[in-house]
Amino acid sequence: MSALKIKKGSTSHSAYNLRDTHSSVEERHTLAIVVENEPGVLARVIGLFSGRGYNIESLTVAEIDHSGHRSRMTIVTRGTPHVIDQIEAQLGRIVPVHEVIDLTAEGPAVERELGLFKVAGKGDARVEALRLADIFRANVVDSTLESFVFEITGTSEKIDAFAELMRPLGLREVARTGVAALSRGAAAKH
Amino acid sequence: MTRKMAETREMTGAQMVVQSLRDQGVTTIFGYPGGAVLPIYDEIFQQSDIQHILVRHEQAAVHAAEGYARSTGRPGVALVTSGPGATNAVTGLTDALMDSIPIIVLTGQVPTFMIGSDAFQEADTVGITRPCTKHNWLVKETDKLSATIHEAFHVATSGRPGPVLIDIPKDVQFATGTYTPKGSRPSLYQPRLKGDAEAIAALVKAMEKAKKPVFYTGGGVINSGPAASRLLRDLVAATGFPITSTLMGLGAYPASGENWLGMLGMHGLYEANMAMHDCDLMINIGARFDDRITGRIDAFSPRSKKAHIDIDASSINKVIRVDIPILGDVAHVLEDLLAAWTARGGVTDREAVARWWDQIRDWRAIDCLRFEQSGPVIRPQYALSRLEVLTKAHDRYICTEVGQHQMWAAQYLGFDAPNRWMTSGGLGTMGYGFPASIGVQLAHPDALVINVAGEASWLMNMQEMGTAVQYRLPVKQFILNNERLGMVRQWQELLHGERYSHSWSESLPDFVKLAEAFGAKGIRCSDPETLDDAIMEMITHPGPVIFDCLVAKHENCFPMIPSGKAHNEMLLGEASTKGAIGAGGAVMV
Repeated sequence: MSALKIKKGSTSHSAYNLRDTHSSVEERHTLAIVVENEPGVLARVIGLFSGRGYNIESLTVAEIDHSGHRSRMTIVTRGTPHVIDQIEAQLGRIVPVHEVIDLTAEGPAVERELGLFKVAGKGDARVEALRLADIFRANVVDSTLESFVFEITGTSEKIDAFAELMRPLGLREVARTGVAALSRGAAAKH
Repeated sequence: MTRKMAETREMTGAQMVVQSLRDQGVTTIFGYPGGAVLPIYDEIFQQSDIQHILVRHEQAAVHAAEGYARSTGRPGVALVTSGPGATNAVTGLTDALMDSIPIIVLTGQVPTFMIGSDAFQEADTVGITRPCTKHNWLVKETDKLSATIHEAFHVATSGRPGPVLIDIPKDVQFATGTYTPKGSRPSLYQPRLKGDAEAIAALVKAMEKAKKPVFYTGGGVINSGPAASRLLRDLVAATGFPITSTLMGLGAYPASGENWLGMLGMHGLYEANMAMHDCDLMINIGARFDDRITGRIDAFSPRSKKAHIDIDASSINKVIRVDIPILGDVAHVLEDLLAAWTARGGVTDREAVARWWDQIRDWRAIDCLRFEQSGPVIRPQYALSRLEVLTKAHDRYICTEVGQHQMWAAQYLGFDAPNRWMTSGGLGTMGYGFPASIGVQLAHPDALVINVAGEASWLMNMQEMGTAVQYRLPVKQFILNNERLGMVRQWQELLHGERYSHSWSESLPDFVKLAEAFGAKGIRCSDPETLDDAIMEMITHPGPVIFDCLVAKHENCFPMIPSGKAHNEMLLGEASTKGAIGAGGAVMV
């Protein structure tokens, strides 16, 4: 289960001495949680966040290993370093949680989110929407004479920016998946 | 596999429940039947390896299982029906979660094909109990039932212990499947037991240098098992450091031991709290810096280096930031700690520690538990002091309810061994003690089992007199009757302008007649002169007794750290209570 991340040779300090744990500044952290794919496991994780008053900015979950019964959740949360440490330790206590990986703390990671945008309009606005979608490398996945559905992948910030641009051009509906993330490099975290 | 073996491995779900419990070494379970568990009760009827104790309310089944578990170190088991049976178990589950007590609760559920249809006595049991169990399971296939039960025992007893629940639909109990024996599938849940060697080495160095050290121990020592208590005693004897304990940890180090400071915390002893406040090295062993212990966080032991040994990573740095965190099982860590410290010569700063003891002796001289029994009314402290003297030589187990009597029991009764003290610490469950005493007595049939109670708490599960009488359990219900909700009354006096809103009862039963109505013995005592004789009569009576001890009605429990105050701001008695709790403290519990 979860082990305290005690840095070698620095045991006279906090267990969580990878960074300043006394800071009162809130940080955004992306956590990957590898869980046993069993009924109720998502409810356990969400119940932990609501029961202990932690934030969830986004959450994605899907099975990643069918034969091994493993699912992976990616949760973006926000809190002071002390709260983030507690979240990780509390997640580690959940019996079907195999591993908790703090992708923000453990080095560079790639984060991607997928968004679907329905934009309706005619004339210049319609042309402008298509042009901007091209700049953002969004794909058109549905089209009528007066609407598009764009598919866009990227960081949450990129998708936010695209949404802002589409709003005056006839944005009707948005669906976003929330963040999925992996650490960079060859090493696997689980 | 022979044909016969193959046949015996095929059985119904209900048979699997009984066979799994048998394989786990269970001999006693507590329960209450109902529609959704009838197949299991039918199997219980047809065997004699497992004794089923019929309680009178499902909450009591769970508390009795807790009492059984805490007094033996083995998991307790309760069996209840679906719907109301399961919801009545929730308080007990939460209690066991807060106090880390290993129990297994089996609940019946409506058949799988009716789940979600709002069937009769249907409740979303795994949903309701998810936050109040360490883990829970809904078993939808008979083939998976026995493996799940074995896994449940493993989860309940491994790492930080806790309650688990298995919800078993009725059709799963009827259907036939293949039995999976215990231990045939290794569990994925394997908490780390060994502490980090470097962290232990850091603690050894801190111990060598400490001038004002203190051991602060908790229920984790008792949960770790008898070896942990033994190692703790060795460590205290070898170092000569003073030791205090939380409410949950009483008995791990003997109250008669030389280095014992007494309990710490909100109603802890003056010398224990002062030592915590002024120490330069605090060694927390299996405690969790609960708010009853720390008082005001920002004034908690401001000048100490703090070490924390705990098997639960989430307990470390949760409330108090520590300097030396050691994640591991208490017994494993203490063994390594003792070895590492001895290997370096077993050094301590003897002169400084001797001066520290001089300071502690000065605090002790205040004699914070001193009281005088004068006049015709029994003071509760006196009643417990006499109970202590008259029962100390017995093979004795003490349970309590929750409130003033609980704190007085912790202060005035001494525990020299672990697993002898059963009290609801974290959740503070009124009504815990009586059913817990039933569980303890079943585990220790020849022992003297006493539930120190207040009359209000005791009434919350008084129906269990039926259980005590039916199974001839000679549990002694020692009720300190002040006709008040004493602790509520005390807080109203100190915090709410002496407006005693609903903190007394105007229609208490006659406890002697109540005992007799159940077929038990009742004893009433209101005279300090006859108290000893009355207590002796209670002890020597071979059956269950309700002892109605009429005590002073307005006694307050001291010492007390008012909420929102620090350890060195204790109230020692009535004279010091004026304006003691500020507005900031009043909002805290």
